[in-house]
Amino acid sequence: MTAVQTPRADSSAEASAVSKIVARVKRVVASNPSVLPTVAAIVIFIGMVIYGEVAYGRIVQANTLSNLLINNAHLIILAVAMTFVILTGGIDLSVGSVIALSSVAGVMLSNAGWDPLVVIVLMILIGTVFGLASGILIQYFNVQPFIATLAMMFLGRGLAALLSTQPERLSEDSPIRWLGEQFKVVDGEKVNDVVVTPGVVIALLVVLAAFFVLHRTRTGRTVYAIGGSESSSALMGLAVPRTKVLVYVISGTLSGVAAVVYTSRLGIAQNITGIGWELDAIAATVIGGTLLTGGYGYVLGSVIGALVLGLMNVLITRDGGIPPKMTTIITGGILLVFVLLQRAVTSKRHT
Amino acid sequence: MTERDASARPVVEMTGITVVIEGTPVLHGVDLRLFGGEIHALMGGNGAGKSSMVKALTGAYRVDAGEVRIDGEPVALSGPAAAEAAGVAAAFQDVDLCGNLSIAENVMIGHEERRWYGISWRATRRRAVAVLQELGLGELDPKQSVSALSPAIQQLVAIARALVTQPKVLVLDEPTSSLDADEVATLFRALRRLREQGVAILFVSHFLEQVYAISDRITVLRDGRGQGEYPTRELDRAELISKMIGKDLTELRRIGSERRAHRADPTGEPVYRVVGLGKRGDFDATDFELHRGEVVGLGGLRGSGRSEFGQLLAGVVRGDSGTIQIDGRKVVLSSPAAALRHRIAFASEDRRDGGIIEELSVRDNIVLALQAIRGWARPISHAERDALVERFMESFDIVAPGPDAPAKQLSGGNQQKVLLARWLATRPHVLVLDEPTRGVDIAAKVEIQARVAEMARDGVAVVFISSELDEVVRLSDRIAILKDRRKIGEVSNGPGLSVDTIIEMIAAADEDDA
Repeated sequence: MTAVQTPRADSSAEASAVSKIVARVKRVVASNPSVLPTVAAIVIFIGMVIYGEVAYGRIVQANTLSNLLINNAHLIILAVAMTFVILTGGIDLSVGSVIALSSVAGVMLSNAGWDPLVVIVLMILIGTVFGLASGILIQYFNVQPFIATLAMMFLGRGLAALLSTQPERLSEDSPIRWLGEQFKVVDGEKVNDVVVTPGVVIALLVVLAAFFVLHRTRTGRTVYAIGGSESSSALMGLAVPRTKVLVYVISGTLSGVAAVVYTSRLGIAQNITGIGWELDAIAATVIGGTLLTGGYGYVLGSVIGALVLGLMNVLITRDGGIPPKMTTIITGGILLVFVLLQRAVTSKRHT
Repeated sequence: MTERDASARPVVEMTGITVVIEGTPVLHGVDLRLFGGEIHALMGGNGAGKSSMVKALTGAYRVDAGEVRIDGEPVALSGPAAAEAAGVAAAFQDVDLCGNLSIAENVMIGHEERRWYGISWRATRRRAVAVLQELGLGELDPKQSVSALSPAIQQLVAIARALVTQPKVLVLDEPTSSLDADEVATLFRALRRLREQGVAILFVSHFLEQVYAISDRITVLRDGRGQGEYPTRELDRAELISKMIGKDLTELRRIGSERRAHRADPTGEPVYRVVGLGKRGDFDATDFELHRGEVVGLGGLRGSGRSEFGQLLAGVVRGDSGTIQIDGRKVVLSSPAAALRHRIAFASEDRRDGGIIEELSVRDNIVLALQAIRGWARPISHAERDALVERFMESFDIVAPGPDAPAKQLSGGNQQKVLLARWLATRPHVLVLDEPTRGVDIAAKVEIQARVAEMARDGVAVVFISSELDEVVRLSDRIAILKDRRKIGEVSNGPGLSVDTIIEMIAAADEDDA
């Protein structure tokens, strides 16, 4: 947009572009109603951005949006992980405590002088092992996903407390901190820069990889098929047991990755880190349009869901008048609206 | 058992197959041979072991004894994927699709076209459409979700899925149970084409006529045991049925002749009469009468409004026009419970969704409706209940481990008999039976028809709905002919009336319309 254009021409060009997009979205929704909740999430996110810009200002600018990504990179990774599990109709409650265990262990090992690369790999592997354990319990011992991952949640939290109950500080010269370091990509006016951390890049790579797996590989389609009908998937000769274990392994592994990203940014790990994050991840996934019963949902929706939650925090801080306690109430409200929306969509599909 | 070309070698040779499920043997040393370029029918009553045999061949059941050879090589079929790898593909009776996925994906899942960038949806959809075209479904939008499709089309999509792997052996378990005549014809055309290509096809069905129309060879099962393999041409229908049920067909003939002998023109006041009963979009306003002890069949094709009319008559659905009189008194049937209080019972077409409660015991299923009209405040005494259940289980010959067994353990035919017992326990004056014989074997059909005849003898007015017109003709005193959601006429049954007469009347109505 340039200053040369007259305001009238500008607005009409904009209007026709918007109406084109709306028409296109309508077509997509009509052919596939299951994208509706995800579209709604995007609309709400845009609405929140516009509201924030109008009410508080300085939202639609590079450094605010950069910080939104930087501060929520770990949540985006967790939401992606949760999407895999929920698409099969399962749930993973252990992700928060896996992060606690993984980051406490990682910081202590690093401070003990271990090689940073080895530490990072170990941090991720801790998550993998937890996910594998959940998956095996669920698939081969027929334990409800809720119970199996609840058990792993308590186990992880307990092990983290065994390691340390004090905040563990990552030494200032640890190379792991590089992952949380901010790099200026575009140098804007004053502090209005486009900034990324390697952690953000990792999160974006995770999103791309997840999108590829879910939409371009047979394994990914099996995830959807299991969520649609597990018995039918088995009769169709799909690798149901393997895939079910795999989604929990993916979820655990990505929790380990999230632990690395989070710890590198904060530099502190504690056994109480990540309490309730599993619920944030579930909320982000549901807000993004994934159905808790499985089979319907998109990983990009979950990313939007995570950003909705992150932006909400930003807006509440900016407002200053809203007590922080309201955050959870607002989260709950948004969640409720989305679940009702999903109910409306599914009931429409059945008639 | 039969002579055959010594040079031909079966594609599939199953010998001495024994399968034990939870300690109960369901197959005892069954043999089955399938030849390339042949359609082989597997026949047997409910619970004869057809489905178990199919599951053994597709790897869903583990074979406890016996051997499966494919192309002469012994194979261990550890699961559906292993069976598929060995060239065996199947479409099962209960449509096995994923409702959240598109048509193309259901057809192709596990076999998607892959490129360096992963699945190519364009190529995948193209192949799906090619396979669907073979089954006459070329006009379907492959991107559409399968949950919006009719059961019949879903069944064909499931078959399309089985064809994707270009199997050597195609197993179809009751593929036609939800198809109408046109769709069956389409399916059969596709099967004949596959037969020409040398595929060995196992066709499991309880529709005798279809088996005779399409199959080259028949293997008969009864009670989990093989009853021999026969070329279809050399086995006539009566012989086949007697092999399936282990007794001969005189029973069916007896019902027909007894009904005819007993038949009398209705006299006196009707017990039940509707005037101008209809519901917009469901069924046109119609007059209809029922007399004591009369069986009135509803004759019509699928979509003629048979079930809708039955539901209106029974008060399951409330009409938006017309009046209902019982014994000459005007009544309003505001709900199924109200209808029951007026002693009008309705046995639903859909056993699973609208009738049998699978988790409840046989006993509870039988007394359910009776208890409902008595109200929960006046429970049936244990002694009364047990006597009732015992009487019905005996008179209906319900085969169950006991009155406490959950209904889901019973075969389809026995579940249907439990349902009939449930409604009869309420001592109805009017009983509407919607497809009481659907999906049950010949032996159970015979028994159910015999019970219906007996009820009528006891004075119940029965409305009998069946897609098998020969049943309607055999049982009914009078037949109301339905077409396009309205009644186009009524005929009294008699020696001159046959299935063809009814079809002619329906067709003639067509010409009137034109």
